[in-house]
Amino acid sequence: MAKEITKQVMQEDGTRIISAEKKFSFKKFMLQWEWMLVLMFVAVTVFNLIKIPNYANAKNLFSATRDFIDKAIVVFPMAFVLMLGEIDISVASTMALSATIMGVAYQAGFPMALAIVIALAVGALCGFINGIILVKFPELSSMIVTLSTQIIFRGIAQIILETQSVNGFPAWHTQIYTAKIGGIVPAALIFVVVEALFFAYLLHYTKFGRRCYAMGNSTTVAKFSGVHTNKIKIIVYTMAGLFAAVAAIYLSAKMSSVRSDIAKGYELDIIAMAVLGGVSTAGGKGRMLGASLSILVIGYLRYGLGLMNASSQIIMIVVGALLIIAVAIPNFRESVGQANWFRKLKGMFVKKA
Amino acid sequence: MILLSEYILELKGITKIFPGVKALDNVHFSLKEGEIHALMGENGAGKSTFIKVITGVYQAEEGEMFLNGEKVTIRGPKDAQNLSIAAIYQHGTAYQQLSVTENIFMGHEKMTKLHTINWRQMHKDAAVLLKQLGSEIDPHSTMGNLTVADQQIVEIAKAISTNAKIIIMDEPTASLSKRECEELYRITEQLRDEGRSIIFISHRFEDMYRLASRVTVLRDAQYIGTWDVDGISNDVLISKMVGREISQIYPKKKVERGEEILRVEGLSKTGYYKDVSFSVHKGEILAMTGLVGAGRTEVCQGIMGIEKPDSGKVFVDGRELKIKQVSDAMDAGIGYLPEDRHKQGLILDWGLGQNVTLATLEQFTTATVINRKAENKRAKELLEKVKTKALSVFDKASTLSGGNQQKVIVAKVLNSDLKVVILDEPTKGVDVGAKAQMYEIMSDLASQGYGVVMISSEMPEVLGMADTILVMKEGRVSKIFPDAAGVTQEMILEAAMNM
Repeated sequence: MAKEITKQVMQEDGTRIISAEKKFSFKKFMLQWEWMLVLMFVAVTVFNLIKIPNYANAKNLFSATRDFIDKAIVVFPMAFVLMLGEIDISVASTMALSATIMGVAYQAGFPMALAIVIALAVGALCGFINGIILVKFPELSSMIVTLSTQIIFRGIAQIILETQSVNGFPAWHTQIYTAKIGGIVPAALIFVVVEALFFAYLLHYTKFGRRCYAMGNSTTVAKFSGVHTNKIKIIVYTMAGLFAAVAAIYLSAKMSSVRSDIAKGYELDIIAMAVLGGVSTAGGKGRMLGASLSILVIGYLRYGLGLMNASSQIIMIVVGALLIIAVAIPNFRESVGQANWFRKLKGMFVKKA
Repeated sequence: MILLSEYILELKGITKIFPGVKALDNVHFSLKEGEIHALMGENGAGKSTFIKVITGVYQAEEGEMFLNGEKVTIRGPKDAQNLSIAAIYQHGTAYQQLSVTENIFMGHEKMTKLHTINWRQMHKDAAVLLKQLGSEIDPHSTMGNLTVADQQIVEIAKAISTNAKIIIMDEPTASLSKRECEELYRITEQLRDEGRSIIFISHRFEDMYRLASRVTVLRDAQYIGTWDVDGISNDVLISKMVGREISQIYPKKKVERGEEILRVEGLSKTGYYKDVSFSVHKGEILAMTGLVGAGRTEVCQGIMGIEKPDSGKVFVDGRELKIKQVSDAMDAGIGYLPEDRHKQGLILDWGLGQNVTLATLEQFTTATVINRKAENKRAKELLEKVKTKALSVFDKASTLSGGNQQKVIVAKVLNSDLKVVILDEPTKGVDVGAKAQMYEIMSDLASQGYGVVMISSEMPEVLGMADTILVMKEGRVSKIFPDAAGVTQEMILEAAMNM
C-alpha cells in the first residue's frame, strides 16, 4: 500500500491525481468465478458425451432445458434475495399455493387467463407477506420467517386441495410447456433468457441493483446513505413470490395438472443454483451471468445423470458435493491470491536451510 | 523482590510498522516499581499500539523489552499474563452477557477436584477482590447491567486476580463522571500503594496531575520525552503533545453569521433525549459536546430520520422538515457524516467511487440506468478536492488509512446539494495530518455559507473550532454558549457533568 501511494501523481498545487479509468487486469479477468463455471460446464458436457450415445443432438439438448426451466425461472429473483443477505425458502410452497389457487379458480369456472392472473397475484402476495414481516420485525431472521411461511403456504394449499388434483386445463395452457420455436427451441427457454437479461440489467446497470448490492454489503451504510432499505426488501421478496408463481404456471403446464404437493424441495435446488453461480449467501456478491451458467451446469448434470438412470439420491449427492466445492473454492482462491500460506511454507523451508 | 534494575519494565527502541505506516518509531519507556506513569499523546499518536506491543497483541519489528532487567519476548496476551502484566482497555473487552464472577475469572477459572468449575469458590473470591477495592458490586450481577465505572472496577479486580504486577489502564476516565473519577483515582492509588506499577493512559491533564509521578509523551508515533510531573507545566506539555502552536491546528476563518438555516424545536425520543432545541446559522460552526452517551449522536440521527424522534420539529431554511426517512433529510439539504466509518459510512469492499456516489445515485441516472462514466468522473473530482491519498476511484475503501477513509465519506456527503452538514466525531481515530485537513474542510464549509454541526468529545477541538457550543447532559441540552470565545474547558465540563 505504502509503495503504491508514492506512485500517486502530485500536481504543483498539491492536489493529487486520482484515476477514473478502469485498468484491465488480465489476472483479475481470469480469476473470475464464471470461468470456473465454464470449466464445470465443459466437464459436465464431456462426461455426458462419453457416457451417453447420441448426446450431441441440438434438438435433445434444447429439449433438456425444459426439465429445469421451472427452477431456472426462480433462480434470478432468488439471486436478488441472496444479494440482500437474506434467503427465501418459501418459494416452493409459494409455487404450490399459487398453482393450487389457479387450479381451483379454473375449476370454479373462471377463464384460464384470469386464473393465471390470480395465480400471479397470489405469488406476489406471498412474497409481499414475507417482505412485510421481515421489515416490521427486523429482529427476525429471514431463514426463520420464510421457514414458517413455507409451512403455512404449503398448509393452505393442502387444506384447499387435500390429496386431489385439478386437471383438464385448456390446450393452450399445455402449450406453455410444449411450444417450440422452429421446432427446436422451447418457447419457455426464450422466456427464461429474456428474464435473465432483464434481471442482469436490473442488477448491474440500474440504481435499484446498485442499492441492492449496497444493502447486501451493509444495510446500515445503505440506510445512512438514504437508501429506502425497507422498500427494496419488500420489492425483492415480492419479485421472488411473483416469479415463483410464473414457475408454478409453467410447472402446471408441464404436469398438465395441479396438486398441493408440487415443487417439493425445489427451494434447495434453486438456492443451490444461485450459490454455485457465485451469489454469496452473506449478501453483496454475485452476478447474473454466474447464476445463468450454474443453472446450465446443474441442469445438464442432472439431465445426464438422469439419462444414465442414476438414482435421484446419487444426483442429490453429486449436486451437494458440487455445492461444497463451490463455496470452498472462492476461499481457497483468496488464500492463493494473498498467498500467506505459501509464504509461511517457504519460511519453514528457509529456516531449516 | 530484588530488583536487578532500577526499572520493573523497560522498553527500548520499539518500532512497529503497519502496511504503509510506522505506528511506533523508536519509542522508549521505563516504569519503576510502585509508580503511576502517565502516557500521553493525541489520538493516533501511537499510545494504544504501544500498549498492545507491551501486552503481546502486536509484535514489534525492532526494539527490546526488559522485565526486572531481564530481556523478555512477549508473543501474546497469555505470555503477558504469565509475566504479571494486565491491561484494561478503553473499549471494555468484557463479556457483557456474563456475570461479574465469570468475567473476573475468565481464562483462569477455579476448578474443583472433579474438574468442574468451582462456582462457590469463585463467587466468594470475587466478592473478596471487589471488597478489597472498596466496591459493593454483587459478583452475581450481569456485566452488561453495570455502569462503565463499575465495569472498570471489575476489570481491575480481574487484573488483580491474575496477580498482575504491572497494570495498564487505557483511557479509563474517558466516560466517567467526576465522582466516578474520584473513585477510580482512589483505587489506582491503592494499587500503587500495594506495590503495583501502573501505566495510565489519558489525554486529560487532570488525571495526570492527580495521579502520576512521571509522564511520557508520544506524538505521531515518535517518542518525545519523559518528565517528572512536578517539573513540567501544562503549556509545555501541550506543545510537546501537539508539536505546534494550538492556533495553527485550528484554521478557523472569520465568517459573518448569516441567517438561520437549521432550527430544532423540542426534539424528544423516550429513553434517548428530551426537549432538545437549538438553531444553526449560515457560516456558523456549532459544536455539540458532552459525555459519551449524553445523546448527541441520537439527536443528530433523529434529525436525519435514521432513528425517528417521538416528537419535536425541525426546520431547514424556514421550511418544516417532515422526518420520515433519511432521504427526506438529504433532500432538504442536511448531510450527515456518521461516527462509525466502517459500520455506517463506507462499504469497505467497494471501490471509492461507488462509495462516494451511493447516496446520490440520482445525479448519474437517466431512466434508472447509472451512467458509470459520469459517476466515476464526479467521484474523481470530489476525491481530489478533499485530497484523498489514493490511486484510482476503483481502489477498495478497505485499503485506505482511517484519515483517508474519512475523506471519502466527506466527499460522499459533499456531493449532495447541502445547506447543513452534521459531522459526528469527524476526527475520531484519524492521524494528526488528516485531522488538520478535516478542520480545514470544516472551516471552508462554514465560510462557504453552510451551517456546520460538529459533534465532538475532544475539548481542544470544540474550543478551537466552534462559534457556538452546545453541551448535552443525559439527553438534555445542559447549556448553550452562544459565543465560544471566552469559554473554558472547565465551564464545559461543569455543564457536561453536574450542576
